[in-house]
Amino acid sequence: MKKYLALALIIFSAFLWGCPNTTSYSRGVYMLLDTSGTYKKELKRAEAIISYLLGTLQPGDSLAVARIDSGSFSEKDIVAKMTFDKRPSVANQQKRLFKQKIDDFVRTAKGSAYTDITGGVLQSVEFLNEAGAGQKYILIFSDLKEDLVKGQVRDFPIQVDGCNVVALNVTKLRSDNVDPRDYYQRVEEWRSRVEAGGGTWRVVNDLERLENIFQG
Amino acid sequence: MSLTKLLIIWPGSPIISMLIWIVVMVVLLYLARTPAHRAIYSLARVFHNGFRLMSRSVMLAEQKLVQRNKEVLLSAGIESVERLIEREFHRVNSVVKRDLSGYPTLHRALSDQATKIDEDYRESSETPPPPPAWVSAVEAVANIPSQGDGTVANILSEIQKTSVGQYKSTMEEYRKSVGERHNLLKKMMPYWRRMAQTLEQVGKTITGLHERANVIDNRMAEYEGIRDKTDKAARMLTASSLTQFFISGFVLLIAIGGAVINFNLIALPMSEMVGGGSYIGSFKTANVAAMVIILVEVAMGLYLMESLRITRLFPIIGHMDDKMRTRMIWITFSILLVLASVEAALAYMRDQIAADIQALRQSLAAVEATGIAINSWIPTVGQMVMGFVLPFALTFVAIPLESFVHSSRTVIGVAGTAVLRWLAFFFRLLGNVSRYLGELMVNIYDLFIFPPLWVENLIRDKRRHRPEIIVEEEAS
Repeated sequence: MKKYLALALIIFSAFLWGCPNTTSYSRGVYMLLDTSGTYKKELKRAEAIISYLLGTLQPGDSLAVARIDSGSFSEKDIVAKMTFDKRPSVANQQKRLFKQKIDDFVRTAKGSAYTDITGGVLQSVEFLNEAGAGQKYILIFSDLKEDLVKGQVRDFPIQVDGCNVVALNVTKLRSDNVDPRDYYQRVEEWRSRVEAGGGTWRVVNDLERLENIFQG
Repeated sequence: MSLTKLLIIWPGSPIISMLIWIVVMVVLLYLARTPAHRAIYSLARVFHNGFRLMSRSVMLAEQKLVQRNKEVLLSAGIESVERLIEREFHRVNSVVKRDLSGYPTLHRALSDQATKIDEDYRESSETPPPPPAWVSAVEAVANIPSQGDGTVANILSEIQKTSVGQYKSTMEEYRKSVGERHNLLKKMMPYWRRMAQTLEQVGKTITGLHERANVIDNRMAEYEGIRDKTDKAARMLTASSLTQFFISGFVLLIAIGGAVINFNLIALPMSEMVGGGSYIGSFKTANVAAMVIILVEVAMGLYLMESLRITRLFPIIGHMDDKMRTRMIWITFSILLVLASVEAALAYMRDQIAADIQALRQSLAAVEATGIAINSWIPTVGQMVMGFVLPFALTFVAIPLESFVHSSRTVIGVAGTAVLRWLAFFFRLLGNVSRYLGELMVNIYDLFIFPPLWVENLIRDKRRHRPEIIVEEEAS
């Protein structure tokens, strides 16, 4: 009788141990950096945002940083990507390495004539889905104006189901000063594209309040 | 045809139609007055009786609960007093074992001392001086008249010399023997003192036992009061339970505070062991693991206290034989020691991880560490000591927990009684309200049909007065 009881206890323990919750509570963040034109000068701000992200993200979370300065977005545009280890000590080491890569990139980055935000967003959705993140964040550090290679088509609906798309530091262009409606129109177009694709849209321009990225 | 059209009896004049309807309704209500009153009274009685029945049932339940509470309370009181009496008997037993187990030795020592004193006393008794028989002979010789005889005078002089010398030597011997007796009596003094001390010690022990006996007598009186199920005993036990409930609740809150601190101390380093990103349900596995460790420590503490027979939450442990209990004590203590050591190690690891995270944040913010460096070993050692001590401190949660569990039975019983009493009152109130509501409805019913009732009363009055008028006419 006691043997059966012990066996039942072991099976029950194994059952409890072996059935973790399938809901993922990890966060996945994909940050797109615009290095075209005047935005190269804004990279220091982007670096500060990445530092904030590295300090905020927990073991088990994922982070990727990519630039959107090529004519057509691809894997080679990813500056650094990492899923942090579940052990805090190892995750801290990974974060140091990540920071080093970003520092190197900021030091050596060159300006580009093109900006393919749509391509970057599509790549980020793939990355976040593969990482299995429970909460997905796509951060766009750009003025939201796309400069595509002639002949490229990007005006199609995008699928960003369950993604929180946050536009950071959306500066006004010189042409925006002439007619501010252009700025609002760009932001509104992206909002409608993201929301039509099943995602949520937010603009965070005050970089003193970066905690707003993960709110809402 | 609509209902409105159907209701208009007098075409073109709705007011007249309405008045006709009112008259019809009043007449119908008047005709149905008696059965309607009966129906209303019946309905009110149904509710009244129903609520009274419910109130009665609740009161019965309350009485049963009160009885049950009293039984539980008295049973707990009996157990508690039994424990106290048992403890007093243990104390008496230990006093008897400690002090009176050496009584034969003590008796022998006292007997030896008494014998010694007796011997010394006998030796120190005064030796009577030699019998003075020759004194009369000397007197007879001394009375012989000398008549100038020189020989007799010489003899008498010699006799005087001899008797004086004899007297001197006798006195010397007497003084010597008295001195010896005094020496012997002096030697007896320490024996007397020792005997007095021994007797004083015995007296103290006996007084202690007497006090214990008084305590036992008081407890026994209390015990008899509880056995007799007196209200006084029940009241005293209830008051005692309420006090215990609040005191033990307060101590448990303190213990919960300690457990929370303990949890914070080991939750972060646990993520290094079980991973920081895994979840059980909606809780982090590291947090669950930390909580489990703390709960296991509390459980081990409970078992340890049970094995030491300080608490009696698990009778099966209390009924174990001493050998098994001792084993249990050592096993639970060993597990606690291991867990405390693990916690101390985790506390150390927590300090290391926190320092690493701090360093990372500083490097991310590109800030150099400035300011006066605080001795880093102080918080590290402090955390380790806390991690080691807290599991043992949590062990003592068993004592207030036992009091809380026992007293909460009484408190819940008292609260349940109060709730039932209020419920009974509420049902009784509802019953009365429904009865008077029935009467109110009857009066309102009569109010609607007051014209025919007024006519009826008028006719009745006239009928009542008519015989009186006839009698008056006949008389005139």
